[in-house]
Formats: sequence, structure tokens, C-alpha cells
Amino acid sequence: MSTSARALASCALTTLKRGAAMCCLCALPALAVDLMPTGDLGLVVERASGSLLQVNTSRHAILRRIEGLGDLSHASLVFSRDERFAFVFGRDGGLTKIDMLTGAIIKRVIQSGNSIGGAISQDGRIVAAANYTPGGVKFFDADSLELLAEVPTDSKVVGLEDSTDNRFAFSLWENARGEGEIWVADLSENPRAPRITKFPNIGKQPYDALISPDGRWYVAGLFGEKGVAVLDMWHPERGVKRALPDYGKTDPKLPVYKMPHLETWAMVGNLAFIPGVGRHEVVIVDVSTWQQVGTIPVAGQPVFVIARPDGRHLWVNFAFPHYDTVQVIDVEARQIIKTLQPGKAVLHMEFTPRGEQVWLSVRDSNRVEIYDTRTQTKRTELPAQAPSGIFFTPRAHRFGL
Amino acid sequence: MPTSPKTIIFSALLLIGVPALAATPGPARVKELTHFVRQECGFCHGLHLTGGLGSSLTPAALRDKPTEPLVAATLYGIPGTAMPGWAPFLSVEDANWIVMNLKKGFPQ
Repeated sequence: MSTSARALASCALTTLKRGAAMCCLCALPALAVDLMPTGDLGLVVERASGSLLQVNTSRHAILRRIEGLGDLSHASLVFSRDERFAFVFGRDGGLTKIDMLTGAIIKRVIQSGNSIGGAISQDGRIVAAANYTPGGVKFFDADSLELLAEVPTDSKVVGLEDSTDNRFAFSLWENARGEGEIWVADLSENPRAPRITKFPNIGKQPYDALISPDGRWYVAGLFGEKGVAVLDMWHPERGVKRALPDYGKTDPKLPVYKMPHLETWAMVGNLAFIPGVGRHEVVIVDVSTWQQVGTIPVAGQPVFVIARPDGRHLWVNFAFPHYDTVQVIDVEARQIIKTLQPGKAVLHMEFTPRGEQVWLSVRDSNRVEIYDTRTQTKRTELPAQAPSGIFFTPRAHRFGL
Repeated sequence: MPTSPKTIIFSALLLIGVPALAATPGPARVKELTHFVRQECGFCHGLHLTGGLGSSLTPAALRDKPTEPLVAATLYGIPGTAMPGWAPFLSVEDANWIVMNLKKGFPQ
């Protein structure tokens, strides 16, 4: 307990004993010192121990460990629009609501047998979870975690993303006929009765998807064939279009050791920078034409290609066995300007809101490393148990994160 | 009947005689393999190997599946699926040890 908190507690006791008159006089100054703005906060997933570290990005501090969240391998989370709460989606189907101010678990439900991720509606009132077993999407009231609606599918659901007007888009990995699909759930009228629009046969094995930062373009990567499936959320009536006919897994001799992540496709101006599938390259796409316009050779199979918030640099991490390496690419020059070796199993990278720092989780070294992005040098590190995902609260204000 | 890629891999594996030759990896390698399966395989199959994008690898899920095709899948992948071959990083003995232990209940 901090000194001011201790003072506040003893003050509260005194107040109880002596009556309320003294309360305001002594409590207010102490309270002011201890108020904690959520904009500085984040959560680091400790995947093996089923716990989260709450961190402060201005102070480079670990505030507390939050335990008892079940299986957090491949866990992800979203934040409420006021940055007060986090909703954590666990592999074991657990959905946990956490208070960012106190670190308390507000509510926890086991909503499925096997889950992979989630999203939150534009108005912040509906939390959606994508499930593998049984397949489908469930929608929950963000306040109570009461189940509002359930959309069953005959496939594992991947790439669940939130878009404008309280709509969600998601992909079906492989339906009973072995085809991929994209579905849009519209909860704008009635959260208890989502209107579903189905786009069948969009390509083989969509494995992940992204929504562009403006919430307009839903793009699903295909594992089973080349190309991506694109849905214009402004004009879903125009249907799903295929794009990037040369993008994807090309060489059967190049196995993909970890599926790349598309959730945070780096977009800079008209250009999107995306991980090559099974290839040691970052692919450059002009999104005004959906044409591939170049590639940048890198150290391994990219997993995340993330743009610094100003768009000037890209930070790239890699799949096994090159996952000890991180490379920084200058977008203008389209060249690697730095190669870092933070340690074995760099799983995730997260920028502070304006991008002056980036935090890396180094799983097998049991630490989070914090880099200055101007110099690409390490500022400090924090201990963490097998860290994976890092999530900072400003995600609350962005689509698809 | 056309020969499936799986059959070819299986046959190739039989030719080199996996089950008969399989030696047990030493303690240091066992530790590496345990970490490898929990972490790298765990990305798709789940940290607790209960399945995800990849299938479940629990003893119950593998009970009725013969060992050799599982060893082949571990080393050479399963064509048409997201399962890659791990032969560049695993010996036949390694893969055999992994499959045998998955069937028994994989160590933590």
C-alpha cells in the first residue's frame, strides 16, 4: 500500500470514529495523489500461469498480478470505451471482466469449450466472443456479461472484428462442405436478435482477418489458397471480393510454423504492410487498388507487422525458429534499419499511444522489454512469466483492437 | 486407387523403420521437447493440448489413432491442412517420443 493510500485508510478509520465532519478535509488531498488515470495502463498476458500483469506505461512499472484466469494460451482482450474495464478471452472459453482501477475480477463466465478471441461493439455495450468448440459467436452485455444472443456455426470461427454501427464481421475457417465463409452480424437494432448476413464460399480456410482502422474494410487472409477475401462494410450488398491473387502460401516446401496475425495490418497512407505467409518477406499492398506493389525481404516468416502510430517505421517479429529477432523497417526507404535480438520467443509488440515506446514480450526469457522507438534501443525491462500478448488501454478507442 | 500423400509418407516412414529404431531422447532433450510441444505446438493445439485451430492432442483424442501416421504428421506435416512438418527441428526419435507421450498424457 502506498503512503498516501495508507494515510487515506487511517483517515477513513478516524472519520468512522469521529464522525463525518473531518472527512473531506483529510481525504481529498490524499485521494488526489492516488488517482490513477487509465490511459497509462495496460495488461500483459502470462500465458502459462493464467495470469495478467497490470502495467503503467509512463512509469514503466508493474502495478499488480491478476490471477485465476484459466488457460490464457493465445488469450486476447478488449477494453471498455471508458478504459475502465478489460474483457479477457481465454482459450478455455473463459470470459473475464477486470476492473483496471482495482485489478479485481468483476465477473467471470465460462462461455464455451474453446475460444480464440473477441471484440467489443462501437457503443461499448456488447462484448462478442469467437469460439472454436462448439463453433459460433456469442454476444454478451458488457455490464453484466449476461448472454444476449448466440450465433452458432458449423465451423471454427476466426477473425472476429468490430466495425461501425454495432456490426461485427467474422470468418468461418471451414464449414461442413470444406469452404470458408464471412458472416456479418448487425446488432444495431436489437442486441438480442442479431441480423446475420452470410457470404458463402469466400475461399479456402480463412485463418485470420482485420478491419481497417476506419472500420470500413474487412479483410480475411486465406490459408488454403492464394489471395485475400475483402468485404466493404460500407457496401456489404456488393459482396465479398477476392484480391491480391498472388498473395499467400506459394511453396509447399515452406511450412508455416505459426499463422501470421492480420488483426493489426499496418496501414500507412494508401499502403498496407502485411506478413508474407510462409515467406521471409513483408508484402506491400496499395489498398486503393488492392494490388501488391512490392515486398521487403526480412529475417524469417513474419508474425506481426506493426506500424509505429506515426507510420514512419514498421516493427516486425517472426515465427519459430527466427522468433528471437525483431526488425525495424523504414517505410519511406522500404529498408531494414535495425535488427534486434531481444531473446527467444518474442511473441508480441505493443506501442504506447503516440509510439515513443514499444513493449516486447520475450516469452522464454520471462521478461517484457521496453524500447525507445527513435533510437530503437532498450530502455528497460520488466520481469514477467512467459509473457505473450500486451494490450494498452488506448485500444479502447480503435476498431478491430 | 490413387495413393494419397499421407500413404506415401507413411510408407516412407515404414521403410526407414521408425518404431523399431526409435531410441529415447536423453533428459536434456526431453526437457527441450516438453517445452517445444507445450509452447510451439500449443499455439495451434492449445497450451493444454486440448485443441484450437489444430486438433486436440489429449490421450482421449489420440487413443484410437495408430502411432506411425502421427509420427509422420509431426515430421512431415499433413498436406491440405495447416499442420507443417517439423522435420528440420525434430529427429525421428524426437517425434516418436512426442507421440508416445501425447498418447500417455504429456508431461508438464
